[in-house]
Amino acid sequence: MRVHLDAEKCQGHNRCYALAPELFDVDDYGQAMLIVEGDVPEELHDKARLAASNCPEYAITITENG
Amino acid sequence: MTETLDEKTTGPDVRIDPDTGNKIITWERNGETMEFIVGSRPEGTDVWQRVPYDAADYGPVTDFATDFDHADPAYNPNAPEVWKAVREGGCPIAHSDRYGGMWVPLTHDTVHDVAYDTEHFSSRSVVPGVGRPGDRALPAPIGVAPPISSDPPFHAIARRLLLPAFAPKAIEPWEPEIRLLCQRLLDEMGEITPGDTVIDAAIQYAQHIPVNVIGRMLGFPEKDEAMFREMVHEVLERINEEPGTRQTSNDFGAYVQEQIADHREHPRDDLTNFLMNVELDGNKLADEVVEGMIILLLVAGVDTTWSAIGSSLWHLAQHPEDHQRLLDDPEVMTFALEEFLRAYAPVTMGRLVTEDLDFHGCPMKKDDWVLLPFPAANRDPLKFEDPDTFVIDREENRHAAFGLGIHRCVGSNLARLELKVAIEEFIKRFPRFELSGETRWSVGMVRGPREIPVRILETS
Repeated sequence: MRVHLDAEKCQGHNRCYALAPELFDVDDYGQAMLIVEGDVPEELHDKARLAASNCPEYAITITENG
Repeated sequence: MTETLDEKTTGPDVRIDPDTGNKIITWERNGETMEFIVGSRPEGTDVWQRVPYDAADYGPVTDFATDFDHADPAYNPNAPEVWKAVREGGCPIAHSDRYGGMWVPLTHDTVHDVAYDTEHFSSRSVVPGVGRPGDRALPAPIGVAPPISSDPPFHAIARRLLLPAFAPKAIEPWEPEIRLLCQRLLDEMGEITPGDTVIDAAIQYAQHIPVNVIGRMLGFPEKDEAMFREMVHEVLERINEEPGTRQTSNDFGAYVQEQIADHREHPRDDLTNFLMNVELDGNKLADEVVEGMIILLLVAGVDTTWSAIGSSLWHLAQHPEDHQRLLDDPEVMTFALEEFLRAYAPVTMGRLVTEDLDFHGCPMKKDDWVLLPFPAANRDPLKFEDPDTFVIDREENRHAAFGLGIHRCVGSNLARLELKVAIEEFIKRFPRFELSGETRWSVGMVRGPREIPVRILETS
């Protein structure tokens, strides 16, 4: 699984950082930053899906492998 | 992010127009001089235009699809039923001849499309009412209270100045102080006899929390709390009154100027000094702009958060099963918090149409108002499964309580923290309580209960 963050769409709602701090951080302006590179570890798949399905701006998308 | 911070800006210079008393701010950007008029006197000026509307000609609303009025006292107590009925009547966008003409999108899609189209929907006034800014007044892109009243490209610049003060990591350290404040308010309720004592969860609790927190962040005297509340009420709820009769607004401005002067004389590490010190291309902000931002923070941060806290406690007073779940499983708060915000979102905003356009089949005219009810978007069945049911652990919840697009509430992280702590402390102190008497709801654009009598059934 891969997670993609569209920084242009992010408006700093901070939902992803609250739900999945292992995958997202926020900068000094409250904008989200993706902190994993490449494949998301299996144990974080649920959190990744949760972050994506709670972003009000649809800034997070998920690609499932295979 | 694409910012325009590298543009060359000089000024601003501020002068007072002797005829009208309005403040005229001149600002030079990339060699072009821009003039901004800030004031609220309608007589003899083109600053605020009185719209051709007299509430007495209309009376109470009988059909919200064709005669929508957010100031009708029957609206807020019944808003979810109003949205549902209008939508189910086949009308995704309601209309009203009130306030000189107003449109009201009621689905998530249409609310979203207005919020995202800053070209056709200006934020230079966000409170639809009887006063409307004229062509020269409060011009885009700055407006009277940046950044909420700003459009692109200035919006991003003004917003970027505020964002660091309200970023998650700047807000988190306030949690212990907010918790102590809530505990103090609960202590001040005095002797409680379970099964007998009735308290007011709005008047004795919810309404004191945000005003104290923002006042402390700004470094304003604690004794002024009651006055803040009055002024905020005045701006948001009395929208049917004549512009220019709002004496309190002028007093409020003068009060904030006094506080700015005091901070200049005695600088300290707080939000007021932060705003006074931020720089735009090497220039500090004019006091008028700092004043506008502070008034915005007070107006936007007080009534709204207090309403969210009140609505949440009102819900819990009627749903002991949700109350119990929060006590048994504190982790569920992560989801419950967002569900409170979805189901009881307090904030509706407004926009002004910038030019004639066809919007989802509606013939909108320049200067028409658009009411932007994010709370209605949050209960759209096309977007949320079973939207009128409070699902405490709702897993997919892209609610729009803090808005959508570039004007996302700058204080959302603070509001969330206050809401979470206020609920946690209240239910910890009172593990059981129930409604006891009439709940009184607000009137106007901020929806929330103003009186919530509850009988305490158990204390910890």
